[in-house]
Amino acid sequence: MASGSIRIAGLTKRFGSFVALDHLNLTLEGSKCVGFLGPNGAGKTTALKLLTDMIFPTEGECEINGISVQKERKRALADAGVLIESPEIYPSMTPNEALEMVADLRGVPASERKDRIQAVLAEVKMADWGNQKVGRFSKGMKQRINIAAALVHDPQVVILDEPSTGLDPRGMAEVRTIVRDLKKSDRLIFMSSHILSEVTEICDEVALIDHGKLLFYDTLNNVTARVSEGHGSVDVVFARPLPPEVASGQIRTLTGVTGILALSPDRLRIGFDGGRAIQEKLLESLVGMHLGVVSLTESESALEEVYLSRISRGD
Amino acid sequence: MATPTVAIPATHRIVPDSLPQVLKLTRYQLREYLRSRRFLALLGIVVTIGVILSAVVGHFRGVLVSDNLSFYGNFWGSGVYLVIVLSAVFFGGDAIAGEFQNKTGYFLMGLPIRRSTVYVAKFIAAFLASTAMVLLFLVILVGNGAFYFGGGLFPWQLALSLVLAIAYLAAVLGATFLFSSLFKTSAYGFVLTAILFLFGFSILESLVSGLIKIEPWMVISYAQSTIGGVFFSTTNWGFHGTISAGVFGNTMYTAGIGEGIVIMVAYFLVTALLGLFLFEREEFS
Repeated sequence: MASGSIRIAGLTKRFGSFVALDHLNLTLEGSKCVGFLGPNGAGKTTALKLLTDMIFPTEGECEINGISVQKERKRALADAGVLIESPEIYPSMTPNEALEMVADLRGVPASERKDRIQAVLAEVKMADWGNQKVGRFSKGMKQRINIAAALVHDPQVVILDEPSTGLDPRGMAEVRTIVRDLKKSDRLIFMSSHILSEVTEICDEVALIDHGKLLFYDTLNNVTARVSEGHGSVDVVFARPLPPEVASGQIRTLTGVTGILALSPDRLRIGFDGGRAIQEKLLESLVGMHLGVVSLTESESALEEVYLSRISRGD
Repeated sequence: MATPTVAIPATHRIVPDSLPQVLKLTRYQLREYLRSRRFLALLGIVVTIGVILSAVVGHFRGVLVSDNLSFYGNFWGSGVYLVIVLSAVFFGGDAIAGEFQNKTGYFLMGLPIRRSTVYVAKFIAAFLASTAMVLLFLVILVGNGAFYFGGGLFPWQLALSLVLAIAYLAAVLGATFLFSSLFKTSAYGFVLTAILFLFGFSILESLVSGLIKIEPWMVISYAQSTIGGVFFSTTNWGFHGTISAGVFGNTMYTAGIGEGIVIMVAYFLVTALLGLFLFEREEFS
């Protein structure tokens, strides 16, 4: 199977005065998994909905396998498997029936349909549930059927919108395993996520988006190499929730601090430049501010550091 | 975990044309309707309506069963409107809005399929499921008719009235799909359809004919009266309403059969196409 391509050109989406996506340009080609990374509200889902013609662009257009989605939705989506926003399947359907409908509408030959459905159900570990009603399934099980539906026609391009979001830790791990296994086939996978570890674990390349703008698109190897010595980040846990103005004000102005990410109300990830010397001063300063620091540990992901610095900087 | 062993050569996958997709999706949608709880509920309601009418006719048989035309006119005319409106509400009220509200639309719209295909297939499925209810009511009616008048005495007007009822069903479903396309919340479509078709249009018709004193050809309930009207000797077959004095001396109009058909078809075309126009532009945001 030849691998697919996605081209997004000057894609802009405005909702009233709010600019959800601002002249996004991105070209993906070949057999690989590209993570579409960004914080909540960055414009990831908006971009993927535009890419699948669920919403309409204010400006620009996108192509799948060289076919304009906006002009020829049907042809463009013919060789794409799509999972956007955890869709619901008609609850009285069984996975076999739902996948039969999808395969039928997608033109999978009747002679191959049954085998293909069994294969994708096995791929998402749902082979034993093929004849149970979907309405009784857990969220994780439904999501696996949705992934199966995106794969039932053996597409060149797979578009996944935060496939593990809303699942419990086990469900998230299972979905990651499924997506990782998809890479064994010759496919272009474009997967949005706001979970850095997920992207690091699964993807070959990453496109970072914030406030509707593409901040960078590169291979994970290059991103890792880009983080030079002296850059670092630490996770700090406080005894009590920290007022937001303390993080954005006092801590942000400490020497060497390059960015701050609130992991939870009582937990911050702080990026800094300057190596161990600055890290030592940072710890002293935080303790001296009497904010109730109970632990400080190094966070090691290079992608996290880049994410932290670029998102916080508002590039 | 093993990757799928059954790969499909791209040349084997040819997305069907829109018409075959409509037929395929109609089949799946209709199966959903037939297996749904609402289908069973409506089945119960239609049988109940039939039983109640049968009991009323049995009790007042001296008045209502004087001849077979007035029997069919009263029985069919009294019940089929309600069956049609309830069927349209049950099967069409959330047909489009539900795709947004329940997020089932996200499952369909990721497929290589036109929005018009989804709309038309859902309409046909809702139409067929509703027609099944109308036919069930007809079976109850015919059963009563056979009991009172014998099996061989079905008036030809019954067939014409059935055609009119089906045309009315198409018009009501068209409007229901329009309302369903207007909102992303199913309840609004349900409520608006029920209110308009059970009371709203009748009140509007009275206001137009009684106060403004013009023929209310623009109101669908005006055309609806032809369904029962074909059984009576005063039937107007033409394309203009006839005028008479109402109970309080108001001007009353009665639609001609031809006029009724034109109004129903016009309502169906305008509302269904407008609903499709809206759905084509609706965003899954």
